[in-house]
Amino acid sequence: MALAALMLVALYYMPFWTISMSAPQYPGGIGMYIHIDDVTGHNRHDLQNINILNHYIGMAEIHKEDFPEFEIMPWVIGFMIGFGILAAVFGSYKLVITWLVLMVILGIGGLIDFYLWGYDYGHNLSPDAPIKVPGMSYQPPLIGCKQLLNINACSWPYTGSIFIGLSMLFAGASAWYGKTKKR
Amino acid sequence: MTNNKSKTLRGLLLGAGFIAIAAFIFTGCPSQQRMLDTGDAAQKVYVAPGEHDEYYGFFSGGYSGQLSVWGLPSARLLRVIPVFSQDPETAYGYSEETKPLFETSYGFIPWDDSHHPHISQTNGDADGRWIFINANNTPRIARIDLTTFQTREILEIPNTGGNHASSFVTSNTEYVIGGTRFSIPYEEDLDVPIDSYSDAFRGALSFIAVDQQTGRMNLDFQIVVPPYNYDLGRAGKGPSSDWVFFTTYNTEEAHTMLEINASRNDKDFIAAVNWRKAAQLVRDGYGTTMPGEYYHNYYSGKQGYAVNDVKNGVTVLDTREIDEDFIYYLPTPKSPHGVDIDPTGEFIVGGGKLATVIPVHSFSRMLEAIENGNIIDRIDGIPVLDYDSTIIGEVENPGLGPLHTEFDGQGYAYTSVYISSEIVKWSLETFEVVDRIDAYYSIGHLLITAGDNVNPEPRYMVGLTKTAKDRYLPTGPKQNHPAQLYDISGGRMQLLKDFPTIGEPHYAQAIRADKIVNQVAQIYEMEENDHPHAIRRITENRVERDGNVVRIFMGSTRSHFRPDNIEGIRVGDTVYIHLTNFEQEWDVVHGIAIKGANNTELLVAPGETKTIKWEPVRTGIYPFYCTAFCSALHQEMQGYIRVSAADSDVALSWKTGTN
Repeated sequence: MALAALMLVALYYMPFWTISMSAPQYPGGIGMYIHIDDVTGHNRHDLQNINILNHYIGMAEIHKEDFPEFEIMPWVIGFMIGFGILAAVFGSYKLVITWLVLMVILGIGGLIDFYLWGYDYGHNLSPDAPIKVPGMSYQPPLIGCKQLLNINACSWPYTGSIFIGLSMLFAGASAWYGKTKKR
Repeated sequence: MTNNKSKTLRGLLLGAGFIAIAAFIFTGCPSQQRMLDTGDAAQKVYVAPGEHDEYYGFFSGGYSGQLSVWGLPSARLLRVIPVFSQDPETAYGYSEETKPLFETSYGFIPWDDSHHPHISQTNGDADGRWIFINANNTPRIARIDLTTFQTREILEIPNTGGNHASSFVTSNTEYVIGGTRFSIPYEEDLDVPIDSYSDAFRGALSFIAVDQQTGRMNLDFQIVVPPYNYDLGRAGKGPSSDWVFFTTYNTEEAHTMLEINASRNDKDFIAAVNWRKAAQLVRDGYGTTMPGEYYHNYYSGKQGYAVNDVKNGVTVLDTREIDEDFIYYLPTPKSPHGVDIDPTGEFIVGGGKLATVIPVHSFSRMLEAIENGNIIDRIDGIPVLDYDSTIIGEVENPGLGPLHTEFDGQGYAYTSVYISSEIVKWSLETFEVVDRIDAYYSIGHLLITAGDNVNPEPRYMVGLTKTAKDRYLPTGPKQNHPAQLYDISGGRMQLLKDFPTIGEPHYAQAIRADKIVNQVAQIYEMEENDHPHAIRRITENRVERDGNVVRIFMGSTRSHFRPDNIEGIRVGDTVYIHLTNFEQEWDVVHGIAIKGANNTELLVAPGETKTIKWEPVRTGIYPFYCTAFCSALHQEMQGYIRVSAADSDVALSWKTGTN
């Protein structure tokens, strides 16, 4: 269980989600990574270039400072790591299960938050936008790929999420092991 | 002597006659073109859409003053780099940043005749850091950075007439060399009768040291030599890499009607210079300082204005005054043009342009001759070695007018032959011609891929020819110069392609693309923009007045300028528009053009800052716009400047945003 908790440390070092976009003018692709505390470009200046492209259709600029999540998430993950280690120290089956339930709630909560942001980002368009396509909104896909005008946008979990998955797998295994042992 | 001469003349005539007959026979036979079966040739030069060529080819522009960049083998034009020429496209030579590059001790000279591009080397192989190119007319050498493909530096060479034997580098780019084609009085600005030639005129061989980190050039020293025409040069390789070699003609010291008077001697010289020893002599204090004003123009930072560093004085080694021997003259038949060193560094090939043979000297025999004192004469202290003691072969029947030689590293040399308009391939073992192929028409230099390296790549050869005549759709009395691409990977040379070029390519070099591709910059990093008039954030845009000098600090991003409405400019003002392109995306370029601007427009690369100087002469409203099709709303990327009368009191104001 301690291993499961420590797996989450990886999230401080790598992004857990990626949105990649392709268009004829971007043979090398363009995109962004989402970390627990930051949003960065696939390449050094991608974020600036995404913002420039998006202003034509009236989408808001993406700036790290506009996301309170990046303030909260490191603490939440830190809490989960601490909680997980406590659960391991006490060897408590109940605590492990609670930890797992919390992780699932957090995951669902995160996805809902991500969807709400995506909805707002894609629908809340500036009335001054030079390019207005009637009926068109630009919500990025929650997961999977979607064609938005000339851009094909794909949204997928990234390396950090592998560690989340492994972490939950280990926690589940330790719970299972603990339970069978008891019996 | 006379007898000897008439014998040579007879030989020359006989040779010419033979070649004429041979040429007649060959031209009668269309298969001499020896094009690969058309389909095969097409396939060999076909580079599919989106695919890249294997080689970068850098072709000098000659009288266009430019350097053109080609992809080989497709012969697609990739870029034209202005060097000794103004360029309305990029504002090179018009913008305030680049104008200082053209300053010389003779004033602003925005043109020249550029002949011999040479890529910097490491261990005798081209390394793709920089490419140097000479200005023949007002002697200069330029350095082009091969990360941005921009001219970064121009160094004037003093006390020199016609810097033709230039800009060849030594094996580790220790030096770039220069040489006097037209000897002139060495003393600066000396006013003497022209017929005092033999007494008052001298040649100068220049050695320009290169800083290995920055590429910055520095005229380390010059060697003052007898008043001949120093035509071409090359650095040695491997065992001969401490030496450079220059051809001479006009050892007759003629100063009028050179076509007759400078063609009299049976032999002129190849000057072999031990540069390492010469440099040591300079370090040991053998040099004297002579006056000589010259300009050294370069960028001191990543961006900003080129600076003019005006120098005076040059360190000189005079062979008449120094007892040590560091130059030797190798007698070489009939006004040699090129001097080319094979990849092993052993063979020194002269292009005796009026000779009936291609003379080949041996470097090791030359060292022996020096050791054994096979010296037949001394001219101004320079030992003249015995011809028979240095020569190792004479290639018979090379055609008429051999000029330049390149090597394939497989034991063969390829010599361009001007008058009979062909390339001859000959063996460095037997010194016999093994193959020949036509050139269209009148070939000058030729290149082999990585040809002037210790490790040539025997893939392609390009012949750079002087007249197109009927080769392409006609375009009037003056046409572009052609080039022919040959396949040399098999046993025989085969013509693949014939294409028009830019300007008049003299020498050219080709380097494997993978030596350059990964270092090429896609943008100028805004964070590293050190231009003194750049703005760091687009919100810092503003207009400042100081007397009648107005500076507009402007930013551009898709698809607008900030500011785009400016008022308060007056007739009589000198306006500088410093445009910073805030894009950080490859190839997203913005420009600016102002109605009535009599200087230039600007084209500004991502992350770059450039300046246009504008002196409005009439009142009114001046539209300006982006000249680069930057985005879907490019046509909206425009603005207005209001110019009021000289005595008007319209306040200086600027804005962007709501109407």
